[in-house]
Amino acid sequence: LNFRRAVFSADSKYIFCVSGDFVKVYSTVTEECVHILHGHRNLVTGIQLNPNNHLQLYSSSLDGTIKLWDYIDGILIKTFTVGCKLHALFTVAQAEDSVFAIVNKEKPDIFQLVSVKLPKSSSQEVEAKELSFVLDYINQSPKCIAFGNEGVYVAAVREFYLSVYFFKKKTTSRFTLSSSRNKKHAKNNFTCVACHPTEDCIASGHMDGKIRLWRNFYDDKKYTYTCLHWHHDMVMDLAFSVTGTSLLSGGRESVLVEWRDATEKNKEFLPRLGATIEHISVSPAGDLFCTSHSDNKIIIIHRNLEASAVIQGLVKDRSIFTGLMIDPRTKALVLNGKPGHLQFYSLQSDKQLYNLDIIQQEYINDYGLIQIELTKAAFGCFGNWLATVEQRQEKETELELQMKLWMYNKKTQGFILNTKINMPHEDCITALCFCNAEKSEQPTLVTASKDGYFKVWILTDDSDIYKKAVGWTCDFVGSYHKYQATNCCFSEDGSLLAVSFEEIVTIWDSITWELKCTFCQRAGKIRHLCFGRLTCSKYLLGATENGILCCWNLLSCALEWNAKLNVRVMEPDPNSENIAAISQSSVGSDLFVFKPSEPRPLYIQKGISREEVQWGVFVPRDVPESFTSEAYQWLNRSQFYFLTKSQSLLTFSTKSPEEKLTPTSKQLLAEESLPTTPFYFILGKHRQLQDEKLNETLENELVQLPLTENIPAVSELLHTPAHVLPSAAFLCSMFVNSLLLSKETKSAKEIPEDVDMEEEKESEDSDEENDFIEKVQDTNNTGLGEDIIHQLSKSEEKELRKFRKIDYSWIAAL
Amino acid sequence: MGEFKVHRVRFFNYVPSGIRCVAYNNQSNRLAVSRTDGTVEVYNLSANYFQEKFFPGHESRATEALCWAEGQRLFSAGLNGEIMEYDLQALNIKYAVDVFGGPIWSMAVSPSGSQLLVGCEDGSVKLFQITPDKIQFERNFDRQKSRILSLSWHPSGTHIAAGSIDYISVFDVKSGSAIHKMIVDRQHMGVSKRKCIVWGVAFLSDGTVISVDSAGKVQFWDSATGTLVKSHLIANADVQSIAVAEQEDSFVVGTAEGTVFHFQLVPVTSNSSEKQWVRTKPFQHHTHDVRTVAHSPTALISGGTDTHLVIRPLMEKVEVKNYDAALRKITFPHRRLISCSKKRQLLLFQFAHHLELWRLGSTVATGKNGDTLPLSKNADHLLHLKTKGPENIICSCISPCGSWIAYSTVSRFFLYRLNYEHDNISLKRVSKMPPFLRCALQILFSEDSTKLFVASNQGALHIVQLSGGSFKHLHAFQPQSGTVEAMCLLAVSSDGNWLAASGTSAGVHVYNVKQLKLHCTVPAYNFPVTAMAIAPNTNNLVIAHSDQQVFEYSIPDKQYTDWSRTVQKQGFHHLWLQRDTPITHISFHPKRPMHILLHDAYMFCIIDKSLPLPNDKTLLYNPFPPTNESDVVRRRTAHAFKISKIYKVKHLVLLFWIVGSFVISKCNKLHNWKIRAPSVSMQRTWIVGNKSPF
Repeated sequence: LNFRRAVFSADSKYIFCVSGDFVKVYSTVTEECVHILHGHRNLVTGIQLNPNNHLQLYSSSLDGTIKLWDYIDGILIKTFTVGCKLHALFTVAQAEDSVFAIVNKEKPDIFQLVSVKLPKSSSQEVEAKELSFVLDYINQSPKCIAFGNEGVYVAAVREFYLSVYFFKKKTTSRFTLSSSRNKKHAKNNFTCVACHPTEDCIASGHMDGKIRLWRNFYDDKKYTYTCLHWHHDMVMDLAFSVTGTSLLSGGRESVLVEWRDATEKNKEFLPRLGATIEHISVSPAGDLFCTSHSDNKIIIIHRNLEASAVIQGLVKDRSIFTGLMIDPRTKALVLNGKPGHLQFYSLQSDKQLYNLDIIQQEYINDYGLIQIELTKAAFGCFGNWLATVEQRQEKETELELQMKLWMYNKKTQGFILNTKINMPHEDCITALCFCNAEKSEQPTLVTASKDGYFKVWILTDDSDIYKKAVGWTCDFVGSYHKYQATNCCFSEDGSLLAVSFEEIVTIWDSITWELKCTFCQRAGKIRHLCFGRLTCSKYLLGATENGILCCWNLLSCALEWNAKLNVRVMEPDPNSENIAAISQSSVGSDLFVFKPSEPRPLYIQKGISREEVQWGVFVPRDVPESFTSEAYQWLNRSQFYFLTKSQSLLTFSTKSPEEKLTPTSKQLLAEESLPTTPFYFILGKHRQLQDEKLNETLENELVQLPLTENIPAVSELLHTPAHVLPSAAFLCSMFVNSLLLSKETKSAKEIPEDVDMEEEKESEDSDEENDFIEKVQDTNNTGLGEDIIHQLSKSEEKELRKFRKIDYSWIAAL
Repeated sequence: MGEFKVHRVRFFNYVPSGIRCVAYNNQSNRLAVSRTDGTVEVYNLSANYFQEKFFPGHESRATEALCWAEGQRLFSAGLNGEIMEYDLQALNIKYAVDVFGGPIWSMAVSPSGSQLLVGCEDGSVKLFQITPDKIQFERNFDRQKSRILSLSWHPSGTHIAAGSIDYISVFDVKSGSAIHKMIVDRQHMGVSKRKCIVWGVAFLSDGTVISVDSAGKVQFWDSATGTLVKSHLIANADVQSIAVAEQEDSFVVGTAEGTVFHFQLVPVTSNSSEKQWVRTKPFQHHTHDVRTVAHSPTALISGGTDTHLVIRPLMEKVEVKNYDAALRKITFPHRRLISCSKKRQLLLFQFAHHLELWRLGSTVATGKNGDTLPLSKNADHLLHLKTKGPENIICSCISPCGSWIAYSTVSRFFLYRLNYEHDNISLKRVSKMPPFLRCALQILFSEDSTKLFVASNQGALHIVQLSGGSFKHLHAFQPQSGTVEAMCLLAVSSDGNWLAASGTSAGVHVYNVKQLKLHCTVPAYNFPVTAMAIAPNTNNLVIAHSDQQVFEYSIPDKQYTDWSRTVQKQGFHHLWLQRDTPITHISFHPKRPMHILLHDAYMFCIIDKSLPLPNDKTLLYNPFPPTNESDVVRRRTAHAFKISKIYKVKHLVLLFWIVGSFVISKCNKLHNWKIRAPSVSMQRTWIVGNKSPF
């Protein structure tokens, strides 16, 4: 949401913002997302209202098109194909038939401002190739370009220069801040620019927090400027109010400053906006401002500097320590949010439910400060309790550690701090888990720490003569040979506690806290530990750092099986026996779903993401679904979400009746669909292909990947060397097989054209088939000890067919 | 082993007094500056900002206003209720007129230059007519309730604006009655202050009145309707001064926070004729209140309680970016404040109201070149001589033998005889000074301490014979007929035969002391003389001018020396000509006749006449030629100017020879504004000659 400046509609009822490949239309009053305009195939880089028709919106994208939308109905009116990557878009009321865009033509780091003439044509797809060059060597960011005084001039800043181009005279004046290079610490770089709407006045923001107001800039010699200085850090964005009487500025201080009459002494503040202000925009009606923040949030602010609405996306500007969790009550996804906060994010409605302030301290936003980090969190007792751990470590020996326990309050529908424990351990807490057994009458919490101990905390009566209260106290401290405790896990019924001490797993009786037995595999430190569920509750699974997944039988106290798999994420499904594990290899991450009882995976998906997957979680479905296909049965009761290193949240989905009804792929997409993975792409398309109601435009919309993301997938598909392919005979039978199958499954649903195209592209199909087989062979190499290639079940073949179909249509789209 | 020792004198705690007002004269490009002790100084901005003239202060005369009228006439008014006119030729006060309105807070000269307006404590505004030799009271305007703190004429001369406490009045000059009374808002940042003092007003030709007040506001008023047009809040403290450019396209204000703000009239859009006043650049060159500002066509001039006079050129008005366009900060007077007794190693420091006599420390240690030597005997404060009366000391001198001290105020001349008995000093005033020795501008003793030369403000030079405890008037050189120009620089040759005297503008006169007649006159030069001295043995007169030129004139031959002609032919190094401060003292090496020693406020320099002159390509500042290089290279790189900034002297006030050792005195008081620095004297050794550190 914060990639570009948000744009208000003319009546200030709607606000538009870019979100990946989409443009989202929000209501400024209800904060609801009214429409999602999709159609661009790459990142949307700029949106502007059509100056000649206030009910229309232009958008530009890296895919080289400018699209004109009717935002009230959410329909695409026209597409102008420009042909080169557009990095920003500007419109000026005076230039009626042209818009301005930033492009880079020759070298990758030289950007130009060009004027694009939009031809008048009634057809939907128009080629707009008529570019006229305006300014060279400009900054890529649209914040560094501003049009002033009804399009008479354009101001651009870059490093230490301010260039002003006058359209009438066709001259450029350039002003340099000369002192900047002389002094070592003068950070005079321009960061942003804004033009006064009525007067000839240019405001520029600088790295050192100064705002300069330039006047008299027609003359190279007589120009003059004033400084306004309040920000201590870089000015991120500037905006003039509609009448020009006040100037708004914002930066890392998260304070919106309003300079009235451009005087230094006459300023107003709106502090505590939560995060760095990235963009500021002003509604054309003048009654609203909005600020986009680095934590994926848009705040709509009234003219009197009162925040009126907050549009919050998933907060994602910091590292996630807590991992993904599900709040058992709201079924919301819980993870680190704003600094010191936990965010509760509803996946169903794609919006943030609320923030829980854990650290409860004023956040000072500055470089070099070591902040208190919220490192661990866990829910217990069906959402009644929440445990959080925060730590701050400035030096090796100075660790500040605090554990807080929060109780759910039914009245306020929120969590209330119950117990605060200072320094629960001597060293960092590595794991935190509640005993979630249904029968347990006493809530129990276990913490494991690097200091070699694990501690059991229980809820006790803390009443005194004044009030009845409960509190948490330490009940038991356990250790094992002074090894560092790395993980802890309760069995499903809560009778057993497994704690891993580096390479050793210890099993403890949760009633008497006796050490029952130990497992030691000598295969590296235990990274993940979990018990099986339901029918598989006699199994304990552990993943080690050396890339071995072990499964122990608790009844026999022996190793049941092990497999060589470099597990990054291991997550049990709370509603079934299934356990999902994501392994990391050099090319990408692979997902394996299996039951602990048998060492054979239920489902394998290769290459779900090219980057490292950091966390994953199963989200229980409200209504269980029934996928008949064997491969998708594991998704019946829960959905699997995972978070990659670049903080994109992705999920698996298949066709589902209810999704057919929802027009958007919202649930499937994480709302910041920034780097969508090929896997997601394939799956998403797959689902949509199954959708009968898809029309031609939607078909286009499906291909919404950034081109750069496509390239590895394409190369993988097409560049498989011939000598590694299996024999042609094998392939042939396979291919014929699949064709037969497709005929069977294809009911009236399938569009006949698809079949035609299939036949046309036979050769390519076979290529893809080969590729798929390759993949399967790859899984063979992972050392699961399974010969999957001979187990291509029917369902998998069906899957294969689908893949093939998708793939080729996707190639056609290229 | 160093060739000579350097005394580092850090006990001269001279504090210049704060600047109260400045007045810029466009015709002669001169700037008059008055200080809080009543001193008035005149700077010539064309002559490299040299302080040409100065009028000593007086305790009872606190100058509150200063202005130029009728071209070259300088008037001041102060809290003693008098208007004074200064005689810029004779360097004294022409007359003082009591206005009978209590202390005067403001004064403004009419655009025609013929009328003078003063605002008084009792709320009266009085108009004076300037006659060729005096001023004549004309009439009173309507009396206001409170003191008039600021005045400004409309450029047409028909109206005036007067700033008072809490309001601004607009008067019609013809009728003398107040047309409008514009009440100034007392509110300051939402808090109501006790009162709002209008520190300054400016009347523009379009009828706009600009006011600056103690609430930190700059306000624009329409004088026709008496309404407030625009208000700029620029400071949390008082805005104390305002000055408008002659074209009325920019003005400058100074605040009590030490900031100077520049306002400019800029067009609202490029194609419209509508213009608006916009605050543009702030300048922070002062640490304390900016009491006064002036706006010359090319520069903003500001002065305040931190005693600095800052001249900030406006880049957009400067045609060529040369050294004149650089920022100037003038703090110390361009005069000699220290005199030295070479024989007894005594230093006499001149302050505004007292003199201090110190004996330099000494050492027995020796060391390498550049070593700091420990003091075996600390510097002694021998004498503290306070003046009687409220007048400031104009000049002072100690004789080379150390037994005479002479100083002068505006009305009296004092001569003392010092007797040394071991460590005790007895001081005896020589009474019965002759009536013509009333006010001296410069005093000098001859090298053998037998003669006293006094330049009086009447333009005459008196020679007084001193013998034992008595004195005898020998002769008076009267100025040339018709001129009453005061002589303010004197130099005497070491054999006592020649006396050179220089006035404020004309050339240097050389007198023969033996024959008591004018020997010759050095041809006049455009720029004033900043320092001069007569070399021993050769009797060459070395003159430094404010444009950094140095001339050598042979007195016996009555012509410039060959060296001087070569220098003039070749020209000085551009960096030498670009130095800020004038040369304030010239001295000679007794054993090396080819060396001329000179210094300004930041560096001192030895000119070796035997070496080739530097051209623009050579490095002027090469203080330490690498010693490991061969003599040939060093000789090739060596040039006549050997400049040292080695002591990082911020304010070099004086440099003298004392039998084989230097004295470098610097004023460090400004840097220890609050904490008084301990008086320390250090000694160092140096080697000059072939192994010169320069």
